Amino acid sequence: MKDVTFGQYYPSHSFVHKMNPAIKILLTIAYIVGVFLVSGDNYYAGFLACVVFVLIATITARVPIFRVLKSIKAIIFFVLLSAILQIFFNKDGTPLWENGFITDKALIASGFIALRIILVVMGASLLTLTTSPVEIADGTEVLLAPLKLVKFPVHEFALIMSIALRFIPTLLEETDRIIKAQQARGAEFEGGIFKKAKAMIPVLIPLLIGSFRRADELADAMDSRCYSGSKNRTKYKKMGLTYRDAISFIITGGLVAGVVLLNGVVIL
Amino acid sequence: MQVKIENLSYSYGSKKLKVKAVNDICLEIKEGEFFGVVGHTGSGKSTLIQHLNGLIKVQKDSGKVIVGEYDLTDKKCDFKGLRAKVGMVFQYPEYQLFAETVFEDVKFGLKNFYPNLTEKEMEERIKKAVETVGLDYEKIKEKSPFELSGGQKRRVAIAGVIVSRPEVLVLDEPVAGLDPTGKREFVSLLHALHNDFVKTIIIVSHDMNLIAENCDRVAVLNKGNLVKVGTPKEVFMDKVKVEEWGLELPSTAYLTEKLREKGIEIDSDLTIKGFIDGYIRAKGGEK
Ligand SMILES: Nc1ncnc2c1ncn2[C@@H]1O[C@H](COP(=O)(O)OP(=O)(O)OP(=O)(O)O)[C@@H](O)[C@H]1O
Ligand SMILES: [Mg+2]
Repeated sequence: MKDVTFGQYYPSHSFVHKMNPAIKILLTIAYIVGVFLVSGDNYYAGFLACVVFVLIATITARVPIFRVLKSIKAIIFFVLLSAILQIFFNKDGTPLWENGFITDKALIASGFIALRIILVVMGASLLTLTTSPVEIADGTEVLLAPLKLVKFPVHEFALIMSIALRFIPTLLEETDRIIKAQQARGAEFEGGIFKKAKAMIPVLIPLLIGSFRRADELADAMDSRCYSGSKNRTKYKKMGLTYRDAISFIITGGLVAGVVLLNGVVIL
Repeated sequence: MQVKIENLSYSYGSKKLKVKAVNDICLEIKEGEFFGVVGHTGSGKSTLIQHLNGLIKVQKDSGKVIVGEYDLTDKKCDFKGLRAKVGMVFQYPEYQLFAETVFEDVKFGLKNFYPNLTEKEMEERIKKAVETVGLDYEKIKEKSPFELSGGQKRRVAIAGVIVSRPEVLVLDEPVAGLDPTGKREFVSLLHALHNDFVKTIIIVSHDMNLIAENCDRVAVLNKGNLVKVGTPKEVFMDKVKVEEWGLELPSTAYLTEKLREKGIEIDSDLTIKGFIDGYIRAKGGEK
């Protein structure tokens, strides 16, 4: 159970870790858009730029590269599937051998599809590796702030998000414990899918009840401290903008602009 | 059933980030013992005892665990049979309740272990278990476990473990969160169980008074190492060592220590009764 790493935060004091989370989220989105924009004749240059960008980001974040690559493992099936579909169904270009059904263009296209997915996942996981769940919730709150104008409860939304994130490890631990307790009473979690689903009932019900209990306790604890997400609420830790955010903004902006220019989308 | 642990080690985590939780432990617990396991938080108590019913599997080349005729290092070990014989009660056992009625919940373990029993036999056993934990069977059997009080829930959960008549009962911090009365009731429940339900009791607790009062022998863990095994008297004799292990003295040992400073030497087994007898003896009085 413990292997399920969500919120896989890798603590450090690097340049990237110290960035403003709102900016980091924004720039990650920009980067992902950049990766998807790569097309046209110069696509290899665009991809190269993205690869270099993500590598530089990893190095400045002082996160071991294997941690970033680990996130790819989870989606490897998806990557292979997209690549294989591309190989079989793309009929552009010339066949690799006589009467062959695989064309050269299809092969290249499948390679780039795989690369595109991997680049996106690397970027996203770099964000979660360098930004703690609480910071992500904070950043989201800042980014969603304009929605307050249409009366969307942004603060409450961010609060729900950070509470949910906070409780994921707790719930995993609890699941682990309940599974052990039921195993001690002879429950078995092996066998066919139907048997497995049935075996999960003695785990899921206590887990659900535990969650309600926790929610109740948390609500009481917040109430008794007079919590309210009112307008004049101040932050304990104010996240301002620093030179780091400015530098990153310029570099990422440069990347996206570069990709767009390489595409020739913007014809001057 | 005798419990035999030979050179047991266990590490959590991957190859890169290894946390050694249990380190080269040799321990024997005889049938019929009321055995205590103590140690500072994180010292490896839970890890150690979860080996006893195979919830944690013995790692490769990390020693041996033998419980009765079950060799847990054996690949073909019948873990289900073992778990029927070694019951385990976790901290806050009431959090494992899930069924619609108390009856169904207690039945869960029994049905898992002995699916071939007739309904009548099952009911008899369930009745016995529920009554043994001190609840009124007729009154409670159709109730939802979730409408009971905390103490009642805990009893139901324990009934759900002992219903399969384990020979060894392992309890991991079972008195956490109980008030003094609840604690006392729980301990007398354990003694009742020890006399006619289970043979061996192994209890992990941070409550040194409970340990000194009830255990025949105690094992002390410190940072994954087994640093002492013996009677409570042997274990709590050396105040300096006890502090070094991150433990407290039980009240009786503390008083013995204080009285020694005043020049009164008391020899006792550190139970309250033993202590009082020892005090009377030291004072030269008659009982
Ligand atoms: N699932 C786990 N993954 C990684 N490390 C763990 C895990 N469970 C325990 N550990 C580590 O193993 C060591 C021993 O833990 P264990 O739970 O056995 O201690 P304990 O003596 O039961 O402590 P406590 O009195 O707090 O219950 C600790 O250092 C703990 O951090
Ligand atoms: Mg423990």
